[in-house]
Amino acid sequence: MTDATATPTPHYASSEAAAARRRKRYAADRRLRLYGITAIVFALGLLGILIATLVSSGYLAFTQTHVRVDFPISTENVDLEKPDKGNYRAVMREGISALLPEATSPAALRSITEMLTNNTQFFLRDAVLRDPEVIGGNLSLKVPVADPYDQLYKGLIDRDTPEDRRRLSDEEIARFDALVEQGRISRPFNAGLFLNADSRFPEIAGLAGAIVGSFYALLVCFLISFPIGIAAAIYLEEFAPKNRATDVIEVNINNLAAVPSIVFGLLGLAVFIQIFGLPRSAPLVGGMVLALMTLPTIIIVTRNAIKAVPPSIREAAYGVGASKHQVTMHHVLPLALPGILTGTIIGLAQALGETAPLLLIGMNAFITSPQGGLMDASTALPTQIFIWADSPERGFVSRTSAAILVLLGFLICMNAIAIFLRQRLERTW
Amino acid sequence: MLLTILGLSLVAFWVGRSAGNRFVATTGQVHSLPGYHGAFVAIWVGIPALILLLLWLLFQGSVIDGLLLRSLPDALTEGASAARHNLLISEIRNVAAGLIFAEPAPEITAAAERLQRWGGIARIALAVCLVSVMLLALFLARARLAPRFRARNGVETALSMFMIFCSIVAVLTTVGIIVSLLFEAWAFFRLVPPADFFFGLNWEPQIAIRPGQIAGAGAFGAVPVFLGTLVIATIAMIIATPTGIFTAIYLVEYASDRVRNVVKPMLEILAGVPTVVYGFFAVLTVAPAIRDAGGLLGVATSPNSALAAGLVMGIMIIPFISSLSDDALRAVPRSMRDGSLAMGATQAETITRVLLPAALPGIMGGVLLALSRAIGETMIVVMAAGLIASMTVNPLDSVTTVTVQIVTLLIGDTAFDSPKTLAAFALGLVLFLVTLGLNIIAITIVRRYREQYE
Repeated sequence: MTDATATPTPHYASSEAAAARRRKRYAADRRLRLYGITAIVFALGLLGILIATLVSSGYLAFTQTHVRVDFPISTENVDLEKPDKGNYRAVMREGISALLPEATSPAALRSITEMLTNNTQFFLRDAVLRDPEVIGGNLSLKVPVADPYDQLYKGLIDRDTPEDRRRLSDEEIARFDALVEQGRISRPFNAGLFLNADSRFPEIAGLAGAIVGSFYALLVCFLISFPIGIAAAIYLEEFAPKNRATDVIEVNINNLAAVPSIVFGLLGLAVFIQIFGLPRSAPLVGGMVLALMTLPTIIIVTRNAIKAVPPSIREAAYGVGASKHQVTMHHVLPLALPGILTGTIIGLAQALGETAPLLLIGMNAFITSPQGGLMDASTALPTQIFIWADSPERGFVSRTSAAILVLLGFLICMNAIAIFLRQRLERTW
Repeated sequence: MLLTILGLSLVAFWVGRSAGNRFVATTGQVHSLPGYHGAFVAIWVGIPALILLLLWLLFQGSVIDGLLLRSLPDALTEGASAARHNLLISEIRNVAAGLIFAEPAPEITAAAERLQRWGGIARIALAVCLVSVMLLALFLARARLAPRFRARNGVETALSMFMIFCSIVAVLTTVGIIVSLLFEAWAFFRLVPPADFFFGLNWEPQIAIRPGQIAGAGAFGAVPVFLGTLVIATIAMIIATPTGIFTAIYLVEYASDRVRNVVKPMLEILAGVPTVVYGFFAVLTVAPAIRDAGGLLGVATSPNSALAAGLVMGIMIIPFISSLSDDALRAVPRSMRDGSLAMGATQAETITRVLLPAALPGIMGGVLLALSRAIGETMIVVMAAGLIASMTVNPLDSVTTVTVQIVTLLIGDTAFDSPKTLAAFALGLVLFLVTLGLNIIAITIVRRYREQYE
C-alpha cells in the first residue's frame, strides 16, 4: 500500500546533476552531428580538389601554340607532276631561314628548326597536296610549336630560374620572343587533340585513335551483352522453375557482379587470345571482355525493370488468350524497356571507364593512324590516359588531364542521357 | 558467309510465311499466324548454319596448323618444343601473306603454298557445306508445315532454348574464369612449388634468359605482395569506414531533404569516376603533397608511398560504405526509432544505441564488400604504388600489391609458358578466391544476423 500523500518524490529532471547530464547528452548529440558534417565535407572536399586539379592542369591543353611561317614552294623543290615526292625538307629549311634573318650559323638554324614540331615537313606535304595551286608561290602555314616552347608561351616555364636548370636557354627564349614580336605566334583551339592519333610528341598527340577504339569496344560490348542480358533476365524472371539450377545461376550472376575487373582481363587473355587465337589489342576482344563485365549489371537491371511491371498487365494479356511468350515479349518487355535502357546506358558508362582488363588484353598499343577496324590493334580512351600519364614529356601532363576531362565529359553525357530518358519514359503504376 | 546465312534465312522466312498465308486463304483454320510459320522455317535454316559456321571457324585454324606441322619434314619438327612449333607456323603464315624478311627455307615456302591451297579448299568446303545444310533444312522444315501445325510452339521452344543458353552464359563465364585460372596456376605450381609461393618472403620475378645469368634466378615468394595489398587496403578502410558511416548517419538522421538531394548525387559522382582518374590524381597531387609534408616533418617518405595510394583508394570506396550503410540504417523500422525518441533519448543516443546495433549486419556486409573492392582495385595502385615488394608495414614506404604485379607481369609480349606469366595467373587465382570468399562472408553475415522485422 503506497502512501499517496507522503513526501513528494524529488523531480530528478530539474536537479543540478540532471541538468548537467542533459547538457552532456546534448553536447554528444552536437558532436555526432559535427562528425557527420565533417565527414561529408571531407568527402566532397576531396571530390572538389580532384576536379579542381584536373581542370587547372588540363585547360591549357585545349589550346596549342602555333607559329605562322611562310614557306616558298619553289618548283625546283617540288615537282608539279609528283607533288608528293617533293623535297619538303629543303622547303622547310628555306622557310625557317627566312624567319629570323640575322640567325645564320648552323647551330642557330638547327635551334630554330627545333622550335617547330618534328613533323613539319609532313604537314607541308599534306598542305601542298591539298592545294597544288601553291606550287611556284608562297605557302603561309601555321605549324604547331615544339613542346618546350608551347610550355614557355603558356607560362609554365619560369623565366627566373637559372639558365642551366631551365629547359630553354636564354638565347632560345630571346629568339622565341622575337617571333612573338613579329606577331607570328598564336594559340588557337587545339583541334588536334581530338583529330590526331597518338604520337611521341605532345604537341601533335591526339585522342582520335583512342576514341575510335573505345567506340568500337563499347559497340561490341553493347551488341553482345544487351541481347544476352535481356534474354537471361527474362528467363530468370518469368520462365525459370524455382529449383536448384536456377539458384545456382542467380548466385553466379551476383558473384560475377563483384569480381574484380582484372580477373576478367585474365580470362580474356587466357581464353580469347590464347585459346581462340583472336588478335591482341583488337577492339573485338576488348568488347567481349567488357561485355562479360556488363552482363551482370544488365541482368540485374532488367530483372528489376520486369519486376516493376504490375501483374494486371500480364493477367490482361493472358485473358485475351496470349501464350506465355507473347505476354512477355509483346506486353511486359515493351513496358519494362525504359528502365532497361536507363540501366544499360549506366552499365555502358561504367564499361567506358574500365582500364585494367583492357590493359591485360593489350589495348594499349602505340598506334599512329586512327583508321582501324574491329580486328586491328588499337587503344582505348582510359588506356590512352594511362599511357600518357607515364610519358616523360612535360606537355603530356596537361594533355593527360585534358584527356581525363574528355572521358569525364563522355561519362557525364551518357549519365545525363540516362537520367533524361528515365524522367521522360518512366511510368509509375 | 554471314550475309549468305542471313540472306537464305530471310528467303526461308518468306517461303514459310507465304505458305502460312496460303493456309489461311485455303482452309482458314490455322493454329499460328503466318509470321510464325515463316519464323519456324527461318530458325531451322539459320541456327544450324550459324552453329556450323562458328564451330568450323573455331577449329579451322588449329586443324590446318596440325596438318601443316605434319606435312613438314621430320628434320624440322622432331623433338621441337611447342614454342618452336608456333614459330614455324607463324613463319609459314607470314610467308604465305607475303611478309618475307629473309630468304625462307624451301620447306617453308612449300608449306606456305600448301597453306594457301588448303585455305582456298577450306573456304570452298565451308561454303558448300553451309549451303547444303541450309537447303536441306529448308526442305525439311517446309515439308512439316501444314494448316494445323503448331508453328508458334516450335518458335517459342526455340526462343526458350535461346534464353536458357543466355542464362548459362553467366555460369559459363564463372566456370571459364575458374578453369582458366586453375589451369595456368597449375602449370605455374609445377614450376614453382606452392610452399615457396605462399610462404616465401622474396618476390623477384625474373627469369634467366640464358643459363648462368647472374641475377636471373627468380624468387616467387608472394608474402610481401600479399602484405603490400593488406597495407594499402587497411589504409583505405581506415579512411573510408568512419567517413562513410558518419556520412550515412548524418544523411539518414540529421540532414534536411534539400541537403540530402544535393549530397547523395555528389557521392554517387565519387563512385562513378573511373579509377584511372583517381590514379592520375594520386600521382599528380596526392603523392607530391605527402612527400612535401614528409619533408617538412623530416620523415623519410618514398615518392610512391602506400599512404598516397591508400588515401586515394579510401576516397574511392567512401560511396560504397556510405550508400550501403544508408540502406541498412533505413531498413530499421521507424517504430524502433520513434520508441527510442519517445523514451527521451537524443538523436545521437538513438543512433548509437538503437539504430546502429540493429543495422550492424548490413553495415558489416557493406564494409566487407568495400574491402573486397579495395583488394581488387588495380589502376590506382598501378599508377601510385611501387613495383618493389618489401616486407614493411610503414605506410610511408613503397609497397606493391597483387594487382600491380599481375599487370606488370602481363604487359608486353611475354611468352605464355614462362614462370613470369604463369605467376600472374597464380596471383589472379588467389585474388579471385579471396574476393569471392569476402563476398560470400558478407552475404552470409547479412542474411544470418539481419533482424526480421514485420
